[in-house]
This record gives sequence, structure tokens and C-alpha cells, in this order.
Amino acid sequence: MSKNVGIVIVSHSPKVAEGAADMVRQMVGAEVPVAWTGGNPDGGLGTSVPAIMEAIDKAWSDAGVAILVDLGGAETNSEMAVEMLDGDRQSKVVVCNAPIVEGAVIAAAEAASGAALADVKRTAEELSPQ
Amino acid sequence: MTPEQIKRLIEAVAKTVVAEADRLTALDQAIGDGDHGLNMKRGFEAVLADLDGLSRKPLPDAIKSVGTHMVMKVGGASGPLYGTLFLTLGKELPADPTLADLAKAFATAFEAVKARGKSDLGQKTMLDVFGPVRDALSGATADPLLGDRIKRVATEAAETTVNMKAIRGRASFLGDRSIGHMDPGACSAALMIATIVDTLETL
Repeated sequence: MSKNVGIVIVSHSPKVAEGAADMVRQMVGAEVPVAWTGGNPDGGLGTSVPAIMEAIDKAWSDAGVAILVDLGGAETNSEMAVEMLDGDRQSKVVVCNAPIVEGAVIAAAEAASGAALADVKRTAEELSPQ
Repeated sequence: MTPEQIKRLIEAVAKTVVAEADRLTALDQAIGDGDHGLNMKRGFEAVLADLDGLSRKPLPDAIKSVGTHMVMKVGGASGPLYGTLFLTLGKELPADPTLADLAKAFATAFEAVKARGKSDLGQKTMLDVFGPVRDALSGATADPLLGDRIKRVATEAAETTVNMKAIRGRASFLGDRSIGHMDPGACSAALMIATIVDTLETL
């Protein structure tokens, strides 16, 4: 298991999520665990709590997991997915308030340096106007 | 409530939402991403498929299971929002709730949905229906007209969202252009509450 923080990308569109994950990979290779998910349970545009839980599992690192989301439902469903994780995992997963593509790339770059979860989140969130 | 009554109640709510899915979608097409009806339909079809299992459970557990189906199947923000509503109601309600139990549980569920959506009253969301219904339930006594009152409060509350400007959710992207349309979440909330009242009166 990687010692670096993992990154999960949650978009309404599987194409956006996969594309953002490709850009992350190009930046950090295999140094950072990355997983993506997009689409509702029927495969249409939307997000899915079970699929997000699965992605968190795929990108799991004991250092924690940072989730990047696009629009409203992706955020709400991600927060719900985090709450449905086992108690000891919950505190190690954060949803970042950052643009999904830029946020994922910069969060992964920070994670690749071995930064702690809070620093990965903060770096991504510096991209969002406060 | 008997298993048969629980079944009839949940089935009525689920069937109403499924039947009204096109209307909810049309409302959402006007000011959102146009998936509210479809998403709610997916969630409640999962509930209908599990109806026999659900109705064998005590009422609080049955309501919690409805919440879990919403969370796992809906696929939009309404999934975790309605999921949180039902999960909280299930957690808070005793097996055989009185009107006071319901009022208290509903007030707690309102707060939980508000926290989940990071929203508040007046932002053109389902909260604008749940808030007035919570107020109408608070301290209410069981008289024969209570059901009608609750229904009227819910329906009128949904209507008030027409003139609101959306602050949360996809409709907020439209700014002032969100004014003039009923919020789809408020509409589905009022629809469910009216169905619950109607069904409870026939049990």
C-alpha cells in the first residue's frame, strides 16, 4: 500500500472523471493511488454512493484519501459515502472544495511529496476563491 | 402499525413518486439538470422491489431501509438528502409513534437534511416544504382536520418556492432566472407528504 495520500475523482460524467484521472497519472505516475468514478447507478450522468465507496477503497492509503468533486450532487453523495465507511476510515477521508481537474492534479502533486492529508486538501483548496 | 399497513404506506409513497416522475423531471428541466424525476423513480423502484422485505421489519427499520435505498440508488443530490431524511426518521421514531414522537423526529430529521445539504430555509429547496410542515406538526393535537392541515401546509409551501430565487443546488446557477418555477425537490417533498397523510387516513 502506498504511503502517500490517495486521490479519488468523482464527476457526474465518467468521461470527465477518467480524463481527470489520466491527467493526474501523467503528473504523478504510480506514486499516488488514484481512482475515479462517474455516472449514476444506471450509467447516466450523476454520481453513485456505492461506486464512490468502491473508488475510496481502490485509492485507499493509510495516509488518507482526498476526494475531488464537480457539482452539488457529487459533493453530497461523496460526503454520504464517507459517512458510510467504517468508523476508523471516516476520519481519513476528506472532500476538497476545489475545481475537479486542477484540484486533482495539484492535490496529487502534493500527495506525491508525501504531504499529510490536511496539506493535500489545503493545497487543492487554495485554487478556490474563498 | 401492522406489516400490511407499513407495506401500504411505503407502497403508496413509492408508486406516487414513480407515477409523478415525468412532472418532477419537467420541473427540473426548467431550472436544474432535468434528472430529479428519473432519479427519484430509480430510488423508489428499488423500494418497490424490496417491498415485501421492508414490510416485515418494524416501522423504524422499514423507514431506515427506504433511506438506504434512496442513498444507494438515486444518483443525484436528492439521494443523500431524502436518504438522510428517512434514515433520521427511522432512527428517531419509536416502533409505535405518537403524534408528539412524529413531530420530534421530524424536527430532528429537518436539521439533519439541512446539515446534509448545507442549506437553509428560503433557498428554494425541499427544506422550504419540510420547515413549515415541521412547524405545523410541532405541538399539534390529533384532531380530524390535522391531516388536511398538514397537506395544505405542504402544498402551499411548495407553491411559495415558485417566487424564490435559488441559492443552493443546480438551480442557483440560473440566479434570477430560477424565479417563476417551482423547486422540484419541494414538489416531490409535498407530494410524498400528501400521499403519507392520505394513506394514513385510510389505514
